[in-house]
Amino acid sequence: MLNFTMRRLLLAIPTLLFISLVIFLLLEASPGDPLGDVPLTVPPEVKEKMREALGLGQAWYIRYMLWLKQFFWVEPLHWTDKLLGTYFSDGMQRIISFQSRSPVFDVIAQRVPQTLIVVGMSYIVGVMIAIPIGILSAYKQYSWFDQVGTFVSMVGFSMPTFFTGVVFIIIFGVKLQWFPSVYDTTHVVTDWSSFWVQVRQMIMPVTVLALYNAAQISRFMRASMLDNLGQDYVRTARAKGLGERKVVLKHVLRNSLIPVVTVIALGLPTVFGGAIITEQVFKVNGLGQLLISAIHANDIPMVLTLTFIFAILIIVFTLIADILYGVLDPRIRYD
Amino acid sequence: MTDTDRQQELNRQELTDGAAGAAAATAALPPDQPQIAGGETRNQWRDVWRQFRSHRGAMVALILFIGVLLFVLAGPLIWTLDPTYVDIRARNTGFTSVHPLGTDQLGRDMLARLMAGGRVSISVGLTAMLIAIFLGSTIGVLSGYFRRLDAPLMRVTELFLALPLLPLLLLMVTLFREPLSQSFGPAMGIFLLIVSAIGATSWMQAARIVRGDVLGLKEREFILAAKSIGTPPRRMILRHILPNVMSPIMVAATLGIATAIITESALSFLGLGFPPDFPTWGRLLYDAVDQMVLYPSRVILPGVFISLTVLCVNYIGDGLRDAMDPRIRGR
Repeated sequence: MLNFTMRRLLLAIPTLLFISLVIFLLLEASPGDPLGDVPLTVPPEVKEKMREALGLGQAWYIRYMLWLKQFFWVEPLHWTDKLLGTYFSDGMQRIISFQSRSPVFDVIAQRVPQTLIVVGMSYIVGVMIAIPIGILSAYKQYSWFDQVGTFVSMVGFSMPTFFTGVVFIIIFGVKLQWFPSVYDTTHVVTDWSSFWVQVRQMIMPVTVLALYNAAQISRFMRASMLDNLGQDYVRTARAKGLGERKVVLKHVLRNSLIPVVTVIALGLPTVFGGAIITEQVFKVNGLGQLLISAIHANDIPMVLTLTFIFAILIIVFTLIADILYGVLDPRIRYD
Repeated sequence: MTDTDRQQELNRQELTDGAAGAAAATAALPPDQPQIAGGETRNQWRDVWRQFRSHRGAMVALILFIGVLLFVLAGPLIWTLDPTYVDIRARNTGFTSVHPLGTDQLGRDMLARLMAGGRVSISVGLTAMLIAIFLGSTIGVLSGYFRRLDAPLMRVTELFLALPLLPLLLLMVTLFREPLSQSFGPAMGIFLLIVSAIGATSWMQAARIVRGDVLGLKEREFILAAKSIGTPPRRMILRHILPNVMSPIMVAATLGIATAIITESALSFLGLGFPPDFPTWGRLLYDAVDQMVLYPSRVILPGVFISLTVLCVNYIGDGLRDAMDPRIRGR
């Protein structure tokens, strides 16, 4: 297992390098100009100086190598400095955003909590809804519960989050006035009443994302339960006189959770990506909103770093899913 | 009853169902010519259709989908108002007899706009799906059939799977919309851009499924037989391999339409899709979000159309999968 993990981690390095190169070249090939918004009255020689100040003077491969160095060397050093109080990264240039002229990672660090709270909560809620529904509808296959559950998960899976989000805002935010329609990120939780405000503003984005995730996961859960319910070991368990509850919740559930757990792990990075839209609907200023505003502003370092972080997340979670599969199911051998 | 028992039972039922019609009178005698014993010859697609018809949800979805298609394609012949005609005096009207679904903030007729938008949305979905399926099945067949191509092509597929797709799509669309709309015109340029961007980022699942199936097929006897009489690889793929991997391709294609429609409307919703003169359902929704408090129907109508179409397509895909692969029926 350790061997496998090491091999996969080594393989991930060229993949990540390639992905970063693709994103970099895509940005490079774009006709957009980061100085496009500079007024025309600025003389060309000043503009040239500004361009150099942004680090745009050199050839693309030099800038690419510089970015790689900043991402993999300077930034980790900076964070270790911060943690341990050392001075390794003194005088080194961190990745600077074109928009705000502040280090990209500082901006990202400000935005991560919002995304993590909303997306993480919604994923947890989604899984908690999906697994019982999946179990019940597989156990009572073709019952009315199963029919309704399958239909609802099909609908939930087909409705894009930007539509459900908007409908939720119209119904619960505007007509009923139960929840605020805009997520206030400056809100600080200090006591119970402010905690309640935080919960209220989280309910809608979390529900929208959770329903979407639950729809997908419950389908997997149901299929996996059905696979296992027909197996011989289930008959054996029943034949030796185990109670139905024990058969289903202990024997079948444990085995059917194996593929579902990997699906959940695989889905996590896509949730970060998919949350871009939900964040836009509820005006949560998380990572997705940051990415979109950076794309609009031609902020190359920010876009590059953010997209690359998404790529790292995907690769890491794919690896985690594979390892989990091996750990949970001893029949799977990687070596 | 185990799966194999159930499968045998199903097979037996199918056989008796198929043969019962013509062979009832002469059931006692063996048929003279076994090839045409069942009266009409059994054809795979007719069997699939018969199975498909028994899936109630998929049939309802198919009828609804045809309804949506008719609304979008034949609707403009009946409802001849121009979707881009600005009638500023009739703006923001509710449901009236002149404008059955009201008008938008510029007085453009919503019914006509929904029809026009649906045409664009569905054609984006279909074209993107065709590109994705073409790429996916080509790569899948090549890497499954030619052992030498397998490793590099699968590496490429894994690379694409590791790409953060939505951010990348956003990036591609923002960066290249200007030059493309200059060289192909605003509508055509964006159409080409969105369709190829969606197609180029959604072929991977199809490629993997097709590769797996081709690998399994290669071990079968009829491939060996075809090879032994000297069939060249090109004909081998076109005549023997492709028809046999058609069913997973069809299912992937159907589900691909749904994903493509959703992706396009998501792009439009983020303001990165088509220009406002060429409405799509996603764009209509995006335009209406600013005034959703006053005119909620303008948000809900396009959203309902998107969801309905995607739901229908997903159900049809489900029905097709059940019809083509009896082992997973009811999953």
